[in-house]
Amino acid sequence: AEVEETLKRIQAHKGVIGTIVVNAEGIPIRTTLDNSTTVQYAGLLHQLTMKARSTVRDIDPQNDLTFLRIRSKKHEIMVAPDKEYLLIVIQNPCE
Amino acid sequence: MEIVYVYVKKRSEFGRQCTFSDRPAETNVDIHPDPSLAANFIERNPVDAGAQCASDMSEHEVNTERFEMESEGVNHLEGGWPKDVNPLEMEQTIRFRRKVEKDENYVNTIIHLGSLMEHCIKQNNAINIYEEYFEDEGTADVADEPPSAKTINVFRDPNLIKRTATHLSWHPDGSKKLAVAYSSLEFQRSSKDMSYESYIWDLESPNKPDLVLRPSSPLVSLEYNPKDSHILVGGCYNGQIAYWDTRKGGQPVELSTVEFSHRDPVYGVIWLQSKTGTECFSASTDGQVLWWDIRKLTEPTETLVMDISRKGILENALGAIALEFEPTMPTKFMVGTEQGVVISCNRKAKTPAEKIVGTFSGHHGPIYALARNPFFPKNFLTVGDWTARIWSEDSKESSIMWTKYHMAYLTDGCWSTIRPAVFFTTKMDGTLDVWDFLFKQNNPSLSVKVCDEPLFSLRLQDNGRFIGCGSQRGTVTLLEVSAGLCTLQRNEKNLATAMFERETKREKILEARHREMRLKERTKSEGKEEDTKVESEEEKPEELLARVQTEFFDIIEAELRRRERAARLPKTQVPRPGLPERWAEAQLHPGAGVSGGLADEPSAAARAGVEPPVLWGDQRKGPCDE
Repeated sequence: AEVEETLKRIQAHKGVIGTIVVNAEGIPIRTTLDNSTTVQYAGLLHQLTMKARSTVRDIDPQNDLTFLRIRSKKHEIMVAPDKEYLLIVIQNPCE
Repeated sequence: MEIVYVYVKKRSEFGRQCTFSDRPAETNVDIHPDPSLAANFIERNPVDAGAQCASDMSEHEVNTERFEMESEGVNHLEGGWPKDVNPLEMEQTIRFRRKVEKDENYVNTIIHLGSLMEHCIKQNNAINIYEEYFEDEGTADVADEPPSAKTINVFRDPNLIKRTATHLSWHPDGSKKLAVAYSSLEFQRSSKDMSYESYIWDLESPNKPDLVLRPSSPLVSLEYNPKDSHILVGGCYNGQIAYWDTRKGGQPVELSTVEFSHRDPVYGVIWLQSKTGTECFSASTDGQVLWWDIRKLTEPTETLVMDISRKGILENALGAIALEFEPTMPTKFMVGTEQGVVISCNRKAKTPAEKIVGTFSGHHGPIYALARNPFFPKNFLTVGDWTARIWSEDSKESSIMWTKYHMAYLTDGCWSTIRPAVFFTTKMDGTLDVWDFLFKQNNPSLSVKVCDEPLFSLRLQDNGRFIGCGSQRGTVTLLEVSAGLCTLQRNEKNLATAMFERETKREKILEARHREMRLKERTKSEGKEEDTKVESEEEKPEELLARVQTEFFDIIEAELRRRERAARLPKTQVPRPGLPERWAEAQLHPGAGVSGGLADEPSAAARAGVEPPVLWGDQRKGPCDE
C-alpha cells in the first residue's frame, strides 16, 4: 500500500516516462512500461549498475555506489541501487 | 605483387655463444713510416672526384595485410528467473512477482529508494543544469569556408577481372546501403571467366558486399524501389529485365523473357510512381522504351519506339542511353540518345506518334546523363561529348547554358538535391567536378581527382552530402562534400530562378531572330525561283546562256566586293572558325557602314537590349582552337 503510493507519486512527477523495480537477478518486479522495453531496460541497467558498483568498490573498498544518473540525448535514466533491488526511473527533464 | 622474405635458422646452427670480457688495450703490430717511399709519389692534378649533395635514398616495398572487419551479434534472451519459474508462463511470473512484493525487505527498500529518487526528480524539474544559453549563436556561418570533398570509403570490385561500375543506386531510406551494377560495356571485350555478379554494399563494411546479386547476364543498370526498399530492378547486358527481393537472397525473383525484352544492353531502368509500386520502365540502345509490371514480368505492358520521324519504325529508332523521369510529372519522361538528341515524351498521349513530344539537339555524341533540376523541373541537365548543358523546355533549339569543352570526355552528371544551382559531373580523367553557377560559370567551383581510372557513374544521396562515384575498373568511391555545398544558401532559389529565366529569354530572342532571318532568306530565294521559272519557259537557249553568263559575273563581282569590305574591317570582327553562327552574327554587327549580307542587320541581342550572355568558359574560342 505504501509502496504503491510511493511508486504512484514518482510516476506522477513531471517528465517521468517510466518506473521499473528490478531484483538482484535483474528480473523486473514492477513496471509501468511495456514488456519488451522493461526486459531490455532491466537487463542492461542491472548489468551497468553492477559494473558501476564494483568499480566504485574496487577503487575504494570503503566506498559504495549510492545513485546512478545517465544523461542521454533524449532523457535521463536514474538508478537508485540497494542490496536487493534497483529502482529505475526514466525522465525527460527538459519537458 | 607478392613479396615475402622468410629467414629460418636453428639456434643450434648459430655456433657457440660469444663470451666477451674486458682487458687493457695492447699493440699487436707497429709499422713506422718509410721516408724513402715519399720520393716515389706522383702528384695528380687536377683530381676528379664525385660528390653528392642530396642524401642517399632507396626504395622499399612492404605488403601490409589488409585489415578485414566482420560484424557479429549476440541475441540476449530474458533470463535470471529462479529454476522453478518458467519466464514464458504468465501465471508463474505473476505469482513470483506477488511473492516478492509481499516481502518486507522489498517494501522497506522501495520506500527508501523512492524518497531518494523523488529528490532527484525534483532536482531535474527545478533546474536544468545543462541548459544551453547561447544555442543560437553557436551555429557559425559555413558560407565562407571553401568548398571541399573528402573520401569516406572505397569499395573495390572483389573479382580478379575488373568490370565497370555502370550504375549506382542508394537505399531509399537510412542510406546505409549502396547497390552497384557491374558490367563490361566494351564491345565483345568481356572475357569468359568474367563474373556476372553485382553487389549491394553496406557503407560500413567495404571488405565484403552485404548482398551478392546473381543475374544471368551482367547488370548495366540497377535501381532500388523507392516504395519498397527490399525490391530492386535491374537491366541486363543482354536486354533482359530482372528483379530482386533482398529478403529472398541473391537470385532474381523473376526475369523477363528474352523474346519480349530489349535486344541491346538496358542502359536505364526507373521505377514509376504508382499505387502498387510495382511498375517501372526501361530504355535501351535498341531504340525501345518498355514498361513493365514486376508482378508479371514475362512481357512488357507497353512499348514505345524512339523514332523521331514518328512512324514507329524500329530501324529508324535512336538508341536510348539515358532515361529521365520526374515523379512530380508522372506522364512525362525524357530519353537521351546515342545520337546526341534528347527526346521528350508523354506516356499518356493517345497515339504512339503523339507520345514523342519534341527533341532537343546540341550534343555531338551520346547523352550519358539526363536529369531535371529538382527545384525547377522545367530546366534539365545533359552530359555528353565534352560538355554539360542546361536546357529549358521552352527553348527547343539550343541549350541555355553550357560548360566549355573539356579536355576529357564527360561521363555522368546529376543535380544537387539540396541546392538548385549546384550540379556534379564526372570525367574520363578521373575527376569529379562540382559546379555552382551562381558562384562561378566558366569553371567548376571544385574539382576533385577521385582516382586514376576514368570515372563512369555518379549518384548523389538524397541528403545531398554523400556522392558515390563508380570507375571503369569497378572502384566505387564514396565522397562527402563540405557543408557549404549541401546547405541551401540564402536567396539561392530566387537567384537560380532569375538566372534560368534570363538565359531562357536570351535564347528565345536569339531563336526568334534566327527564324525571322531564315524566313526572309527563304522568301527571297523563292521569289527568284518563280521568276526564273516563268522566264525559262519563254527563253531561247542563246538568251538563257547569255543571262546565265551575266548572272555568273554578277555573283563574282559581288563576291569580290564583299571580300574587299571584309579586308577593310578590323580583324577582331572577323568570326573565327568554330564560333556558333549566332555569335558570329552578333560580333559582326559593330562594323558600321557595311551593307548587304548578315552584317547588315543589327544584331538580335543588341537590338533587343539583352545583356551580354553568361559565357561558360571562353565561348569566343571554338573547340578546335583549344
